[in-house]
Amino acid sequence: MSKPVVATASLAGCFGCHMSILDIDDRILQLVELVEFNKSPIDDIKTFTKMCDVGIIEGGCCNSENVENLLAFRKNCKILISLGECAIMGGLPALRNGIPVEECINEAYCDGPTVSLNKERILPNDDELPMILDKVYPLHEIVKIDYYLPGCPPRADLIWNALVALLTGSKMDLPYEVVKFD
Amino acid sequence: MEATLQKIVEKYGKDSARLMDILYDVQTEFNCVSDEAVEKIAALLNISGVDVEQTRSFYHFFTKKPAGKYAVYLNNSAVAEMMGAGEIAKAFETAAGVKFGQVTADGKIGLHYTADIGMNDQEPAALINGQVFTSLTPAKVNEIIAGIKEGKCVKDMITTYGDGVNANPLVKSMVKNNIMNNGPVLFTDYQVGAALKKVVEMGPKAVVQEVKTSGIRGRGGAGFPTGMKWDFCSQAAGAKKYVVCNADEGEPGTFKDRVLLTEKAKMMFEGMAIGGFAVGADEGVLYLRGEYRYLQAYLENCLKEMRDAKLLGNVLDKFKFDIRIQFGAGAYVCGEETGLIESIEGKRGEPRNKPPFPVQVGLYNKPTIVNNVETFCAVSKIIEKGGEWYKGMGTAESSGTKVISISGDCAKPGVYEVVWGMTLTEMLALCGADAAKTQAIQVAGPSGVCVPPSQFGRKIALEDLPTGGSMIVVGNQRNLLKDLSLNFMDFMLDESCGSCVPCRALNHIMKEKLEKILNGNGIKKDIADLEEWSNSLSKTTRCGLGQTSGNPISTTIKNFRNKYEELVKDVDYHSDFDLAASVQTSCNYVGRKPNIHH
Ligand SMILES: Cc1cc2nc3c(=O)[nH]c(=O)nc-3n(C[C@H](O)[C@H](O)[C@H](O)COP(=O)(O)O)c2cc1C
Ligand code: SF4
Ligand code: SF4
Repeated sequence: MSKPVVATASLAGCFGCHMSILDIDDRILQLVELVEFNKSPIDDIKTFTKMCDVGIIEGGCCNSENVENLLAFRKNCKILISLGECAIMGGLPALRNGIPVEECINEAYCDGPTVSLNKERILPNDDELPMILDKVYPLHEIVKIDYYLPGCPPRADLIWNALVALLTGSKMDLPYEVVKFD
Repeated sequence: MEATLQKIVEKYGKDSARLMDILYDVQTEFNCVSDEAVEKIAALLNISGVDVEQTRSFYHFFTKKPAGKYAVYLNNSAVAEMMGAGEIAKAFETAAGVKFGQVTADGKIGLHYTADIGMNDQEPAALINGQVFTSLTPAKVNEIIAGIKEGKCVKDMITTYGDGVNANPLVKSMVKNNIMNNGPVLFTDYQVGAALKKVVEMGPKAVVQEVKTSGIRGRGGAGFPTGMKWDFCSQAAGAKKYVVCNADEGEPGTFKDRVLLTEKAKMMFEGMAIGGFAVGADEGVLYLRGEYRYLQAYLENCLKEMRDAKLLGNVLDKFKFDIRIQFGAGAYVCGEETGLIESIEGKRGEPRNKPPFPVQVGLYNKPTIVNNVETFCAVSKIIEKGGEWYKGMGTAESSGTKVISISGDCAKPGVYEVVWGMTLTEMLALCGADAAKTQAIQVAGPSGVCVPPSQFGRKIALEDLPTGGSMIVVGNQRNLLKDLSLNFMDFMLDESCGSCVPCRALNHIMKEKLEKILNGNGIKKDIADLEEWSNSLSKTTRCGLGQTSGNPISTTIKNFRNKYEELVKDVDYHSDFDLAASVQTSCNYVGRKPNIHH
């Protein structure tokens, strides 16, 4: 039997969740035994080359590119997992959701304390650039998500246990410590 | 500013526990409590700026920016909207020339929304600089705004007065009592001081026993046996104890305490003094919601008259007990007894963890009894006529009478003192509502139950349908989920104090999900999610607000499931996300055309 194929992506996230995937330490070797990676920052494959079994996504959607990426994942993965707070709830980037998008753009490109060279108040409007969404969306508001792994980032053990359970069809081991946050 | 602040702070003895009063005076004087004022008050009280800031930011009626020289607070609770508050809002906006949430350029008129102001039987209603304007019509709104533009004093714009004490020179309010049913306990003859004369002869133990015999349980909603509460407090260690009367009355649809305070103030104060005698407390605080401040002068005068008659102060030369009034400033959660205590202490009204209960650790960490207005009034009568007499009325678990505030789609909204155990059908007949034209009755406010016609045979009683006194009749013409449930969810999430994550976050998420369903984008699973989340809320939050905040949704799912099922799609997944719409604003702003590929 061929190995299950896994794809991953970071959308409006900080890559912390991906770091947590790597944080499974030497079990990464077992993981490589267990699965084949397709599109993912882990192997740097940029586009889907085949149908995948599991898609793991960190980060919500803050721009049109995120949305396109997410739709591609839904199309090419049998199972989609929201990994981490940003994917599940929007997370830190969603702090902008109470603020009009115009104000956010001004803050980023004109008025922020670290902006010093944009006296003419030029705003990025090239057609090539992703378009900014009115707010940051959690993934499940845009496509169907099958599983959610909470945490910021989710603990390595949680990710590992979930993947093993999913790939072997066994019951997931969910000790209290891996899902308790305070 | 400096000198004024100094004077205000000194008026309250530089006591930081009186921060609520200090902030109120500052708000009245300057129309806001500015950041500058916050810092100066902090310095004068010798506390940190954030201690002042956190109290200021908690209460609806303290504003950082000027609220308008004439600050209009229009009630937008469910019943107000049912009675046409929307049309009134438009009239205000047109006449004043600004939208709600704004203040006119000259700073003269500010338009604001506020939660239920306890006038459900005479909506639409608004508060303007603390004065109540009831039964508003667009024509009246125009008159009011014209008066404001002429610079009239708000009080002078009130020309007709309500019945009873509302017309008293110290009140002069247009509020009506609308007492529709006089009962044997509260709305009946009452001799001021008779009960106090009796208790000093009985002694504290016998008083607690008499209250126990009566079987009375708290009238604020939770229904805890009053005698037992007093017994615990009387036995609690320590010489200093307090009596607190809860007159926050923030549950939408409840206005019976307002009427009791108006007509039976002395009866209530006497009940507090009896409580003080029974548990050994010498100080009492009436915590009165800011919305009822128009009663202040009258109530202060009642206190004075009682002191003069030795019914307060040095009571009958037998024991010491006096009362002061503490005002709230627009926060429903301050009705929760420990949130209320925090508020009296000048802090944010965030409920405390329980246990310890107030009877052990209450106001200023001293043993305290907190009781509802109606409870204290009833106690005066119980002492006068005897616990056995009282117990003779009502049902097995609910003795005596209950004052119910009825509003909504009925001919005779108002207050009704009834013996516990009446059915909803009987109540409908009493208030002149046609059962055939009634699709639901909301019992006990948003945190209570939405009852369908098939259950109108149920009884108003602690063992069946417990209530703090709110009953809203919902006619067939209403959109139940939108007009009621959604409005109530807005209320809950506005009023959450924010301490517990589920109460702070889940209420938002649930409200959005309800909106999604109402917009036709819901799926079957959304209903199941809402049920599950209500259940989580009830188990994972600290106080009654959070525990019941899912009720507007969960009780309508339980009793009106078809209304939800009609609206949802029977699919696994559905998204209403629209990429083109969601990038429109940002593209316009940066000056580019959206390029959507698929
Ligand atoms: C969110 C919330 C709001 C409340 N509001 C009131 C209120 O306005 N008046 C009241 O008497 N009790 C209110 N209560 C109940 C009080 O916590 C407390 O049980 C009551 O004041 C005790 O008095 P009683 O035993 O005489 O009813 C509220 C409770 C909660 C959780
Ligand atoms: S959930 Fe936390 S770790 Fe993961 S992307 Fe978001 S911020 Fe980073
Ligand atoms: S349940 Fe809500 S209102 Fe009550 S303490 Fe928690 S956050 Fe505050």
